[in-house]
Amino acid sequence: MDSIMDIKDLNLWYGDNQALRGINVTLPRNQITALIGPSGCGKSTFLKTLNRMQDLVQGVKIRGKVLYDGIDIYDPSVDVTWLRKRIGMVFQKANPFPMSIYDNIAYGPRTHGIRGRARLDQIVEQSLRAAAIWDEVKDRLRSSALGLSGGQQQRLCIARALAVEPDILLLDESTSALDPISTGKIEDLAVQLKEKYTVIMVTHNMQQAARISDCCAFFLLGELVEFSSTQDMFSTPKDSRTEDYITGRFG
Amino acid sequence: MRSHFDKQLEALNKEVITMGMLCEAAIDKASQALLGCDAALAGELPELLEQVNQKERQIEGVCLRLLLQQQPVARDLRTVSAALKLVTDVERIADQSADIGEILALGNVRRLPEQVPLKDMTAAVTKMVTESIDAFVKQDRKIACAVIKYDDVVDGYFNTAKSALIEALKQPDADAEASVDLLMISKYFERIADHAVNIAKWVSFSITGELVSEETSALGALSDGPRPSEK
Repeated sequence: MDSIMDIKDLNLWYGDNQALRGINVTLPRNQITALIGPSGCGKSTFLKTLNRMQDLVQGVKIRGKVLYDGIDIYDPSVDVTWLRKRIGMVFQKANPFPMSIYDNIAYGPRTHGIRGRARLDQIVEQSLRAAAIWDEVKDRLRSSALGLSGGQQQRLCIARALAVEPDILLLDESTSALDPISTGKIEDLAVQLKEKYTVIMVTHNMQQAARISDCCAFFLLGELVEFSSTQDMFSTPKDSRTEDYITGRFG
Repeated sequence: MRSHFDKQLEALNKEVITMGMLCEAAIDKASQALLGCDAALAGELPELLEQVNQKERQIEGVCLRLLLQQQPVARDLRTVSAALKLVTDVERIADQSADIGEILALGNVRRLPEQVPLKDMTAAVTKMVTESIDAFVKQDRKIACAVIKYDDVVDGYFNTAKSALIEALKQPDADAEASVDLLMISKYFERIADHAVNIAKWVSFSITGELVSEETSALGALSDGPRPSEK
């Protein structure tokens, strides 16, 4: 297995409350890894440690190592802007900027110093195509992104994340507020994206995890209970707590 | 929170047990008809087969509905898929019992040659069928494993029966029709034992998630301790 992230003995506290306990896991490159578990189990907390989104939370304390391609992302020498360019994130609720569709996508590349109109046009088209939304918006790139439907806004956010050419895409329950058609489009998109990117997603939808992920991590009370191929987890889970959760016996 | 689903699984379990009992009744009737050379008793088998067929269709419907409505995973998925697979074998047992009945109804078999171990063979096959259903009811991997191993005993009886019937055919006063019919009946019993083995394998799969071959079960691979997911 070609790994992209290696997490070693990761512990995290919000004040006195320990939210992650001794997490050790290696995440595979160019695959979809689903993080599952009941509310409050630490899966979103874990996801946010992978691109240092936790830095924004007051009173957070993190111990352990998160290695991205061998680089410890919590090393003081790491440039967080660079890190978040390499490891993009899309949230539960679509959050387009209150500007045009075009400017939403061009925002990131401009921040990273790309100014040429032709180059920006190219990036905008490429990103929107990669996020499977180009055909729906190509005739209204100058319209406000806020006029798009929920599903379109979410794919726009994925396009915006792709515009800075990341390596890893973190999806935090990115389809939980969408109807089945939009969810299906984003699931198809995730499967296509894994050819070029690594996708790590938090989901409450067991069927979604079973449908599209290659690997699954089951979290409970801040611990990583089980990490295995999705096939194994949904057919013969090793830990009885995993089995009880995925079969709906608790959670 | 999943009480409705649990009730549906329990209902499925009961239906499979009922079908298993019908199938046991079928093989028992076929055995009695053979050992008593009773063509009239054999005539009761088609009705029993019809009941088994109806049960099979009913269980298939229940399984498909569960897959559609509950999208089961892990142990639940194995239970439903194993039930869906094993009812085919249960139906085949009843079907082959009825085939035995059809042969007996021809009336060619009027007495059983002593050298042909039919009594032992029917007892062994009936034991395998009963225990394979028992393994399902109790979700017991050890019983399932024993059934798989016991197939060798039935194969032994079949080979003895075959040799004895060939010898009988060589005799100047040979009753060729009866011998050929008995050979076919022996083969049907041997096939029924194979279906019992299949049922035992599906039971084992539903418990462990692993498909066993006869070789691995003979090596005692199934006698290991329970998996963590077992309750």
